[in-house]
Parts: sequence; C-alpha cells; structure tokens
Amino acid sequence: MVNLSVKIGSLALKNPVMTASGTFGYGEEYAEFFDLNELGAIVVKGLSVTPRQGNPTPRIVETPAGMLNAIGLQNIGIKAFIQDKLPFLRRFATPVIANFFGDTINEYVRAAEELSAAGGVHALEMNISCPNKQAGWIVFGTDPKTMEQVVSAVRKTTSLPLIVKLSPNVTDIGCMARVAEQCGADAVSVINTLTGMVVDIKKRRPVLANATGGLSGPAIRPIAVRMVWEVYKAVKIPVIGMGGIMTARDALEFFIAGARAIAVGTANFINPVAPVEIRNGIAEFLREEGLSDINDIVGSLSITPKT
Amino acid sequence: MSSAAPVSRSFRAEIVENSSRGNSFKLLAVTPLTGTISPEPGQFYMLQAADSYDPLLKRPFSIFESAGEQLKFLYRIRGKGTLSLSRLKEGARITIIGPLGNSYPDPQGDFIAVAGGVGIASLFPLLSKHAGKAHLFYGARNSDELVFATESGTLVKGISIATDDGSAGEKGFITEHLRHCLGALPGPAHRLPVYACGPTPMLKAVAQMAHERGLSCYVSLEEHMACGIGACLGCMVKTVSGQKRVCKEGPVFEAGDVVW
Ligand SMILES: Cc1cc2nc3c(=O)[nH]c(=O)nc-3n(C[C@H](O)[C@H](O)[C@H](O)COP(=O)(O)OP(=O)(O)OC[C@H]3O[C@@H](n4cnc5c(N)ncnc54)[C@H](O)[C@@H]3O)c2cc1C
Ligand SMILES: Cc1cc2nc3c(=O)[nH]c(=O)nc-3n(C[C@H](O)[C@H](O)[C@H](O)COP(=O)(O)O)c2cc1C
Ligand code: FES
Repeated sequence: MVNLSVKIGSLALKNPVMTASGTFGYGEEYAEFFDLNELGAIVVKGLSVTPRQGNPTPRIVETPAGMLNAIGLQNIGIKAFIQDKLPFLRRFATPVIANFFGDTINEYVRAAEELSAAGGVHALEMNISCPNKQAGWIVFGTDPKTMEQVVSAVRKTTSLPLIVKLSPNVTDIGCMARVAEQCGADAVSVINTLTGMVVDIKKRRPVLANATGGLSGPAIRPIAVRMVWEVYKAVKIPVIGMGGIMTARDALEFFIAGARAIAVGTANFINPVAPVEIRNGIAEFLREEGLSDINDIVGSLSITPKT
Repeated sequence: MSSAAPVSRSFRAEIVENSSRGNSFKLLAVTPLTGTISPEPGQFYMLQAADSYDPLLKRPFSIFESAGEQLKFLYRIRGKGTLSLSRLKEGARITIIGPLGNSYPDPQGDFIAVAGGVGIASLFPLLSKHAGKAHLFYGARNSDELVFATESGTLVKGISIATDDGSAGEKGFITEHLRHCLGALPGPAHRLPVYACGPTPMLKAVAQMAHERGLSCYVSLEEHMACGIGACLGCMVKTVSGQKRVCKEGPVFEAGDVVW
C-alpha cells in the first residue's frame, strides 16, 4: 500500500489532490461525475461577505494551451454558502476549504470570522489577488506591506488552518511567501492566475469585456513549477502547488519541486474526473518507482549538475 | 471504491462520419463506447476539439439527431476548434460530456420554429419529435448555408426560407419574413408558441415580435463556455430574476426572462 496522506498544518488529507478554487463550483456539479469522497480536499469558489455579480460577458477566452477568465469573483456570498451549499458538502468525508476575499482588511476579517463559525469548514484559503480599495488600487498580494496587514488581521481572527494563496504577478514570490509565513499562515497556495489579454484584431478591442483576465491551464505550468520551487526554498510551511495540472505526470513535477499537495483547476473543465485520474496516477507512479510514501518525493528535486 | 458510475455524462466515442454539407458545414456522427443518457431536443454536448492542448477547451454543440446508438452534430467551421474537429477521420476517438443543459418544453400542438443559420441544428430534433406540427422559418446568409432545408421541410407543416443575398427563398432577414407572415397565418396561428435558435440579434427581434403579439416564446442562447456543467460561471446571461448560467439553467430560456 502506498501512503498518499499528507498534512497541511493541522489539517490531515487522505490524499494530496484538491480542487482549485473557482473551477469546482461548490462541488454539486461534479458529484454527478465521481464520488467527492475520493478527493483530498474540496476548495470552493471564492466567497465574499456580500454576494457579487461579477463581470459582463464574454468572461472567457481561449489562448494557446490555456484560457483567460474574467469571472470577476462572482459568488453567492458567505451567508448563502453556509445555508445552501455547506449542508451538501458536509455529507462527504472530505475536508472543505473555503476560499475567500474582500476589498478591505475589514471585509477579509469578517469573512474569516463568519466562515470559521460555520461548522463544516475545515480550513481557510485567503485569495489576496484583489485590489485593496481602501489603499487605492494596491493589490493585497503584490505589496508586502498591505499583505502583512491583511494576513496578520485574518490570523488573529481564526483558529482554522490558514492558507494564503499567492499571486504570481510579482517579481519575488519567495519574498511574499515569507511574509505569509511570518504572519502566521499554515500553508501557501502557489499559484493564482497570471494577468493576460487577448486582442480581437478586427475590432481592435480586447476580447474580454473586462479587457484583461487571469491566465490558467497548461500554458502556465512551467511558471507555476518554478514558483513552487522558489517558495519551497523560501519557507518551512507546506506549499500547495497548482497551475496547469492536467495529468498525474504534471502533478508529480509539482511534488518534486516542493509541493506537499496539489490542486486541479482548469483540467476540471476539460475532464470532470481529472482529479480522480490524477490521484490514481500518482499512486501508480509511486508503486512503479518502488516508493511507499508521497511525502518522500516532496522537494526531491536535484539541481546539481550531472557529472 | 469505484469512482465511475455505469452511465456517465463523460464518455469516449468513435467517429463514424464527419462529412461536408455545403462549404462550411459538417455533419459529425459518433458512436459512444459506453452507455449514455438519451438527449432531449435543445440539449447540447461538449466535444473535445483536438488531441493536443491547443485548442484546450471542449466546444458546445447541440444534439442534431440521436438515432439508436449514434449521436449526430451539425457544425459550422468557424475557428480553431471547429477546424480541428473538421479534420477528424472515421475511427478516431474523442471525449464528450453530455447531454447537458435544459431542453425545449414540449409544444402542446402546432408551433412556430425560427432557425437562423446553424440554429437549425438545435431545432431539428424538436421538428422531428413533433413531426408535422411546426411552421418553420429558416434564414441563412445564402443558399450554401441553408443546410438540411429539404430534410427539415419533410418534418414540418410549412417552411418559409429567406437568405440575406436572395440566393434561395425570400431576400432579406427571416425575421422580416416572419413579421409579414405572422399576421397572415391561418386561424388561431397567432397564438402558437415560438421556438427560436440563431444569432442573438435575430433572437432579440423574434422575442420582441412574440412579446408584441402575446405569444409564448423560447429561445436557445449561446455564450462562450469553458466547463458546460455549471462550475466556471463563464456563460452568464442576465435575466429578470438575476444572472443565470446558459449551460445549466439554459440554453433554452423563456424570451421574456432574458434581459436583451
Ligand atoms: C449551447 C450551444 C450550442 C451550440 N450548438 C452548435 C451547433 O449545433 N453547431 C454549431 O456549429 N455551433 C454550435 N454552437 C456554437 C459553437 O460552440 C461555436 O461555433 C464553437 O465553439 C466555435 O469554436 P471554434 O474554436 O471553431 O471558434 P473560435 O476560434 O473559438 O471562435 C470563432 C468564432 O466563434 C465565436 N465563438 C466561440 N465560441 C463560441 C460559443 N460558445 N458561442 C458563440 N460563439 C462562439 C467566437 O467569438 C468567434 O467569433 C453552440 C454553442 C452553444 C453555446
Ligand atoms: C474560471 C476560474 C475561476 C477562478 N476563481 C478563483 C477564485 O475565486 N479564487 C481563487 O483564489 N482562485 C481562482 N481561480 C484560480 C485557480 O484556483 C487556480 O489558482 C488557477 O486557475 C491555476 O490553476 P489551473 O491552471 O490548474 O487552473 C480561478 C480560475 C479559473 C480558471
Ligand atoms: S460554461 Fe462553465 S458555468 Fe457555464
């Protein structure tokens, strides 16, 4: 038997395959395709204290081996999530990780408070890729000072395991990971989408109604793997790797680069059973390699030149 | 622990036909390799467009016909995805998700169907399920883009055709023709429900016309889709009762619900 269980702070996962926020709804749609008990954890669509309408359409455009989305953080709000979606998720023996965000530090704190009190939420994942409305348009996750303030404030609010989801739109992601660690984060998620744009050459306009969007899918994988590796070297807390994982082979790159768990995002859209296939493929690889524990390959990357 | 349900909406299928209809349309017939769920008129499937990751996302296509084991799709070659789909040969295998979305509510008696271009693909199974009940208004850019007009003609009570260039039927938009005919339809025809699929401006015009005459009207909408199953929130449409997902709460909407 191969051991696939891992620990993210105090949160024990039966296997290291999670779903990436915003690509799995609140789980209901995928329950028709596989048993959600097979997942390591379910990360739900990003939540805010008050519901959000999101951006006008088109919100999605394809790019080579990837996609840009400008959903605009549309969500039903924390109250509706707790009332209408959590009862369904509680039926599964799979931890629920609530992804959340706010426009101000106060909104982050309130969101964390409400989610912590809900019962049935096993960890929090902070999305800090949104602009801090009080400090003008400084994105929380790209400015170490604002990030420190918001992560520290949320840390004081909750005793649940706290995961900080880092933005890749920075020059030194290792530095941002260290800030999260110093502020008491239990883990970091690496990476969120990269800002991009697609132009309609006939109309001379961006294709997305919002002009820019977040790039995800296989196109970003090499960047994500590099960033996971940089973050792994920079901090001691566990790293959750994501960005373009389509197969078990892709996922294994992340573990070797230092990820303790991985999340499947865009792949869910293309293959609704991708997370299960990836989990099975990881176990098979470990067996083939004569390894008995997933934790043994985490950070096993060797960069010394071959002699 | 087994993960795969015996009949899943996610399945592999073998291509048995991928033949040209006119210059820019193709008819794709596939045989699923495992059991599938029977589709209803108006539902759609997400079809894998390429073996590689470019294009990456599946593409939505209405069910055109489901005959025995086979599923058929009528598609217009538009961009990268449909182009690579058009190159697939007999015997090739693709993955498919579906049937997805809601379907056209069953008309109680006679009805009016309005198809614009490839919109005929979505309405065709409704015409065959209720053979002999529809007055079909079918518009296209030109005669070459008027596919399956003959076959559709045999399924309906009457057919009116219009092309933008006048190369077949009346010259002009099918909506102008519909406006003209609505007054002239016999007996209680002015109370018939309207079912429409086609480009958004056409649907908007049809919806307006139906509203003015107090007819019930169902439209099948299109939006860019990533997942097709309701998870990504990419395909929202504004309705009087808030935003809805075209892939999940649609693609068929009551015209009066849609904020045009
Ligand atoms: C529910 C539904 C059912 C459909 N049924 C059919 C059908 O039966 N037959 C058929 O030929 N087409 C159908 N379509 C449209 C079809 O999905 C698009 O033509 C196809 O995705 C284009 O892919 P592409 O890669 O060739 O084009 P792209 O290179 O992606 O784009 C080419 C052009 O198509 C437009 N486009 C891309 N995706 C969509 C989309 N989802 N909806 C509207 N426009 C789009 C782009 O804006 C662009 O102008 C349906 C769409 C929906 C939402
Ligand atoms: C449609 C869509 C919506 C997303 N919504 C969120 C969100 O609400 N919160 C968040 O932290 N990340 C969100 N993400 C980012 C993903 O969770 C993930 O970090 C990113 O897509 C990279 O992984 P992937 O390439 O496997 O998709 C979203 C991504 C997509 C494609
Ligand atoms: S296409 Fe993903 S929600 Fe409709």
